[in-house]
Amino acid sequence: MIWQLDFWLMLVLVMFAVAALEVKDLLAAVGVLTGYSFLMALLFAELGAPDVALTEAALGAALTGVFLLVSLFFLDRRSED
Amino acid sequence: MRRDFDTGLVEAVRTGTSREMSDPYESIFVHVVTKAMVPMIQIFAFYVITHGHYSPGGGFQGGVMLAASTILLRLALGRDESFRRFPPDWGALLAGGGTLLFAILGVIPLFFGGNFLDYHYVPIPGVDPVGLRYWGILLAEVFIGFLVWGALVAIYDALSGGGR
Amino acid sequence: MRILSLGLLALLGSMLAFAAGDLPARGDPGSPANTHVSTVYIEGALEDSNTPNMVTAVLADYRGFDTFGEAVVVFAAALSCLFILVRRRREDEEHEERTE
Repeated sequence: MIWQLDFWLMLVLVMFAVAALEVKDLLAAVGVLTGYSFLMALLFAELGAPDVALTEAALGAALTGVFLLVSLFFLDRRSED
Repeated sequence: MRRDFDTGLVEAVRTGTSREMSDPYESIFVHVVTKAMVPMIQIFAFYVITHGHYSPGGGFQGGVMLAASTILLRLALGRDESFRRFPPDWGALLAGGGTLLFAILGVIPLFFGGNFLDYHYVPIPGVDPVGLRYWGILLAEVFIGFLVWGALVAIYDALSGGGR
Repeated sequence: MRILSLGLLALLGSMLAFAAGDLPARGDPGSPANTHVSTVYIEGALEDSNTPNMVTAVLADYRGFDTFGEAVVVFAAALSCLFILVRRRREDEEHEERTE
């Protein structure tokens, strides 16, 4: 529980979230979202919840990215909006 | 040149080629490293499942790791090789079997006067209620692990069109 | 429209930030969430089930019914994925065969 670490992790987390919304290339969006999940896992571990951090690292940072990539494989890569 | 740093799926999405997702990745390095890494990932996943009493982890976390190792096989080795190692029917079988066994484990204490999943009501000679709860937790974690493993692999197979 | 939604977002965010000032501190032993049932779990987990990691004891023993619900949700997600996606592919293939 180091508040400086908390502060910077949350700041970068918000930046990742905005970047994932704003980026036009969906492949890059999937990458940014995976990075968001990884930072979230770091934040959970730092807040003292290693169980949740383990789940987030395995599910959010690994498997969700793969599932989104597989869906993207059948879709167009460019975002419309 | 840049292709060597990507997995096959990222390359296929980036270049928009018509390369099939079920083909094995061309590089020999990826195959060798995958075949060396997958058993270690799975042993660590079983450790996470069964060591949940003493360290962070449990059925969900370990099951997700097992699913990740299987999906790594699918991505790197292609359809034929990975279906030989983990047939596509096993996903649905593991998911359904895990749920069924977990439900049976929860129903057993009902016959001995306990509530749903109250393991310490089951009369097993030689095991005290604390031990019953200990082993009940372990069994529940193992069943959850198999369920999550099978469910995530089944979702991947359905998404990628492999398990039709 | 974009400016309106941005203004609404800023308003909501400032309201939430204002309300967060009244939340109890993290790990405060006197907060309502920590005074009722969780003390029983924290004190009894090791004696009741011989499990030093009390997260596991709460998940799989005290709150086993919630975990069972979670497991059924995961199973239902996999089952619906199988039904929707696999069935549709098969129909697509039959359709292609007929048109060819």
